Amino acid sequence: MPNRLELRGITKQFPGVLANDHVSFAVKPGEIHALLGENGAGKSTLVKMIYGIMQPDSGEIRWNGEPVLVPNPKAARRLGIGMVFQHFSLFEALTVLENIALGMDAKIPSRELEARIREVMQTYGLLLDPHRTVATLSVGERQRIEIVRALLLNPKLLIMDEPTSVLTPQEVDQLFTVLRQLASEGCSILYISHKLHEIKALCDTATILRGGKLVDTCDPKAETSRSMAEKMIGTGLKDIIKPEGRRFGEPKLVVNGLTTRKTGDFDVPVTDVSFTVRSGEILGIAGVAGNGQNALLDALSGELKGEEREAISIDGRAIGLMDTTERRRHGLCAVPEERNGHAAVGDFSLSDNSVLTARDRLGMVMLGLINSGAANTYTGKVIADFAVKALGPAATAGSLSGGNLQKYIMGREILQKPTVLVVSQPTWGVDAGAAAAIHQALVNLATAGSAIVVISQDLDELRALSDTLAVINMGRLSASRPLGDFSVEEIGLLMGGVHGEEAA
Amino acid sequence: MTLELTIAIIITVVGASTPILIAALGELVVEKSGVLNLGVEGMMLVGAITGFVVVFTTGNHYLAILLAAGAGLATSMIFAFLTLSLSANQTATGLALTIFGTGFSALAGQGYSARPVTLLGPLFPSELATHPIWRVLFGYSALVYFSLAMVFAVWWFLKKSRAGLILRAVGENDHSAHSIGYSVVAVRYGAVAFGGAMAGIAGACFPLLLTPQWAERMTAGRGWIAVALVVFASWKPFRLLAGAYLFGLVMTMELYAKAGGGPLSAIPAELWAAMPYLATVIVLVLISIRRDASSNAPACLGRPFLPSN
Repeated sequence: MPNRLELRGITKQFPGVLANDHVSFAVKPGEIHALLGENGAGKSTLVKMIYGIMQPDSGEIRWNGEPVLVPNPKAARRLGIGMVFQHFSLFEALTVLENIALGMDAKIPSRELEARIREVMQTYGLLLDPHRTVATLSVGERQRIEIVRALLLNPKLLIMDEPTSVLTPQEVDQLFTVLRQLASEGCSILYISHKLHEIKALCDTATILRGGKLVDTCDPKAETSRSMAEKMIGTGLKDIIKPEGRRFGEPKLVVNGLTTRKTGDFDVPVTDVSFTVRSGEILGIAGVAGNGQNALLDALSGELKGEEREAISIDGRAIGLMDTTERRRHGLCAVPEERNGHAAVGDFSLSDNSVLTARDRLGMVMLGLINSGAANTYTGKVIADFAVKALGPAATAGSLSGGNLQKYIMGREILQKPTVLVVSQPTWGVDAGAAAAIHQALVNLATAGSAIVVISQDLDELRALSDTLAVINMGRLSASRPLGDFSVEEIGLLMGGVHGEEAA
Repeated sequence: MTLELTIAIIITVVGASTPILIAALGELVVEKSGVLNLGVEGMMLVGAITGFVVVFTTGNHYLAILLAAGAGLATSMIFAFLTLSLSANQTATGLALTIFGTGFSALAGQGYSARPVTLLGPLFPSELATHPIWRVLFGYSALVYFSLAMVFAVWWFLKKSRAGLILRAVGENDHSAHSIGYSVVAVRYGAVAFGGAMAGIAGACFPLLLTPQWAERMTAGRGWIAVALVVFASWKPFRLLAGAYLFGLVMTMELYAKAGGGPLSAIPAELWAAMPYLATVIVLVLISIRRDASSNAPACLGRPFLPSN
């Protein structure tokens, strides 16, 4: 049986960058093949050429053993190549059915299309009401629309571009079930990701790219996460260096009986949350998405207006009624989960984004006028210290890739040397090298005497980073205890809580 | 109130509502494609003077309607070229179009004022409308039936047809529509052209249906009411019908109040005159409070489309 897809010596040159340098690999029928690499390793360029969005400069694409040209996505779909993009192009105000109809090449009567959609959904357990409006659907449900749209064309190869970066652990499990079923029916899957534990759990083969070159093709089940990560970033993965014999100082952040109100239909408020973080301490807050993490972050940052003065205090000063600006002035900085649009304004330059959060702490505004020199200098320092790939302080935040924007945002807060730093999902969607740099910067900040709260769904991250750990479930926080006191099973049970689901 | 008077009121209400309804239906389609054209009033005035001149010189009402539609369409193409091809600001361009239409119609209409024409007669033979009750159903001109048919046609087009789905998709997320492979600019040109033609017809209603003469600014702000009505109706054609008739009713009440006598004159005529505009403000406030209704607004409304790479 010939290979479903084979690439031979694919090369693509962009101005100044060799995006793909003689890449060759093959995907067998029914194989789940991982394409692994850091941000900028050339994964996206490669799949864009397979899907016909771009053309290779040289090299050959073979489909079922025959050399083919893929001039556009339509041609790719005709061959039997389907693709699910990382960012969905859906119409929020339209229904599921209308969205799928818009994306179909052939004009199919809507009743017939609906019947086929229902059939595909039934076969793969992708349950959705075709008449629901997209705006009412969760991210996982939206992804199902894209998958159904791809499956309607009976693809022989399905390309998934970082499909799990926006999903909850439960949704990831459901997605994997669907992908395994597809593979068992003979459909090949090209799975792009940098989440190593997922690749170990799902994929049969992994092709690793670095700087546009193919580094290795290996069996992920025979490798360790660490060995694959090292191939990805090219050097040995640095462990977080935690100075020996660190001692925790005075309590810096004291939260006592913090309760928030429900603000929306899908919002989980926090109830009677109490904890203390000392100088030099990193407190990890674990939990499955949607258990009150957002409310907790907003209540701590001051975005959600507090009602009790004594509920939160820094350095013994009650700040429960203060707004975000005042809290920042008193030394509490916060980084929300959503990078673009919440932590940073996409259309603003990095320099202006620095002014937004650092103006008071670093004196960037005098007599109502912005000191742009100070803002530029500070932003330049953030870019240099955190190795942010950006054209300079004048680059807009929206022009940065997700990982680089996250490095900038973390750097912007950390270099302000806050007394207390609260961060949510500090390394979500960030590649291994950048994640390690962010982790180290957080540890260094703690070592210098700050108190840090890390809210994350990634248990590996929390176990590497935290000194103490607490688990949030349905808006309630467990007592915080030293990390060593917890077994993985115990954390899992606490995270599962009322949900009764296995922890990721 | 006698039966005769009630029927007379109904017929007046329907007449007064028709131009608003036609113009608003056109604007609804334009806005569903993501374009905000505030030039409705200007396009209506161009349609009104065109309709008047044609009927004055030829006496053919249907030709007048057709050419008024063409004139409205031609005017809307100025807007389309500026906002869609050159990505000019839609709000400013729409306002400029209204000023242009007002001035152009006044210029073209010089020498035509106070010259009478005949109104467009009822569509159906008068034998059908002998009894007053039948007049409510069969006593109107073709423009009224056209407006009602267009309510249904616009609803069907947007809700049921593939072209309508593409138009909504373009208004909802222009970049996604572009990436799937639809031409955002072409779809919007089509929508603006339809809106222009409808505004032209709506303008022609004034000399052909309401007052058989030309007067400067004879549309008297109805184009603005049409724009407000689209929001009022949360972009739904049948709500638009109800809204237009409600405004028509209020405006007719004003006429009766001015004529004096009866219970209506208890409220000053000035207040009656202000009523449609007050109602617009109140309804807009109510809709803004009820979030889900305004979420029906096309997400790209008023935003210029600039395809990125």
